[in-house]
Amino acid sequence: MILRTFGFSEFGFLVSALLWTVVLTIIALSGGGIVGFVIALARTSTHKWLRIAAATYIQIIQGIPVLMILFLSYYGLSLAGLQLPPLVAAGASMTIYASGYLAEIWRGCIQSVPKPQWEASESLAMTRVQQYRYVILPQALRISLPSTVGFAVQVVKNTSITSIIGFVELARAGQLINNATFQPFRVFLAVAALYFVVCYPLSQLSRWLERRLHARSHR
Amino acid sequence: MPEVIVENVHKSFGSVEVLKGVSLTVERGEVIALIGRSGSGKSTLLRCINGLEKINSGRIKIAGHTVSSDPRQLRELRRDVGIVFQSYNLFPHLSVGDNIMLAPKIVKNVARAQSRETAENVLKLVGLSEKFDAYPDELSGGQQQRVAIARSLAMQPKVMLFDEVTSALDPELTEEVLNVMEQLARDGMTMILVTHEMAFARRVATRTIFMHQGKIWEEGPSKQLFSDPKTPELRQFVKADVK
Repeated sequence: MILRTFGFSEFGFLVSALLWTVVLTIIALSGGGIVGFVIALARTSTHKWLRIAAATYIQIIQGIPVLMILFLSYYGLSLAGLQLPPLVAAGASMTIYASGYLAEIWRGCIQSVPKPQWEASESLAMTRVQQYRYVILPQALRISLPSTVGFAVQVVKNTSITSIIGFVELARAGQLINNATFQPFRVFLAVAALYFVVCYPLSQLSRWLERRLHARSHR
Repeated sequence: MPEVIVENVHKSFGSVEVLKGVSLTVERGEVIALIGRSGSGKSTLLRCINGLEKINSGRIKIAGHTVSSDPRQLRELRRDVGIVFQSYNLFPHLSVGDNIMLAPKIVKNVARAQSRETAENVLKLVGLSEKFDAYPDELSGGQQQRVAIARSLAMQPKVMLFDEVTSALDPELTEEVLNVMEQLARDGMTMILVTHEMAFARRVATRTIFMHQGKIWEEGPSKQLFSDPKTPELRQFVKADVK
């Protein structure tokens, strides 16, 4: 067996795998965003059972490792006769994972809009939907931006876990290249650098959004 | 037919009874001042009148609506009853103009042009025409409170409730808010106000109601009530204010 060396084409392979990491992150955040949004609304609902159901969902998702969700959707479902392609299993698992955390982050943001805002809009004869749509959510959205972007950084890094079911994203691509080159330091430093290139700007964005939010509320 | 009827209303928070059988009628165009110590139940009564607090027993009718716990009925009621709070509660993410136009547009489906015209009119009424495009955090407390009044007026309510609307303001800003309210009273608006401004109550309110320990302790035409208090509690209260 001839060992390859880590060169341009190998690096190119990593970059193309980074694309899948990004794709998976986008799936997780948009899917998880939609599900998480619904759960956050249920969590702040006036109906007791909706609140309890949403809280239970959040507790369960936050209480188990993403890896278990991944195994359940990949191996578990295949035993049940449903063989999901790795991308679908990975996307679904990351969606479920992200929804549990985004729901909780957003619940906090919705509840941090001061109660008098509810009373003022209620007193203007708005329906509950109108209160959310025009008064509460626009304020909650602004509050939620820093923590949501911060969470996106976690998602980018946690997509690496899907390498375990053979989905070729950045971490998995690093393993493959390392198997062919056996230059772990070069390979995984390159992998780490690529993660950093994506995550660092997001972290900075999150910090900037937070500073801006802070400045606004103290103007 | 009276504009507001409150019949034997009881209200408790947990085991504490804050309203112990309050009854009250308000005729159209009357200005009622609710006075009393903190904890006497005056703010709670006001909040019960537009359904922000649920009553335990009794009956409240206002502007032809009965206060109930049904959200739809409450919305009908609130189209006709405005309330202004101590803490202004403007929507911070909307400009002054949008604060005022929002409810007429989405609740009453008023066309954009017309809601803008109404907004300009009510802003002029409170003396803030030039602030249409400003944001709440660019305004002083007194200006914010006047915008909050304008926002309520834009719904063209039949009754206005004011819950200690000047308590968070320093004297100079208090004056500009009270002037707006006095103007409203002169224009014939039916108003109920919880206030600590005794001079204002005396001058503007047609009737003043002194609440004490969850009950209406003493009531009467404002001038008479202030100059000749019957109960020792009110005498004490009025005296404390003069000092």
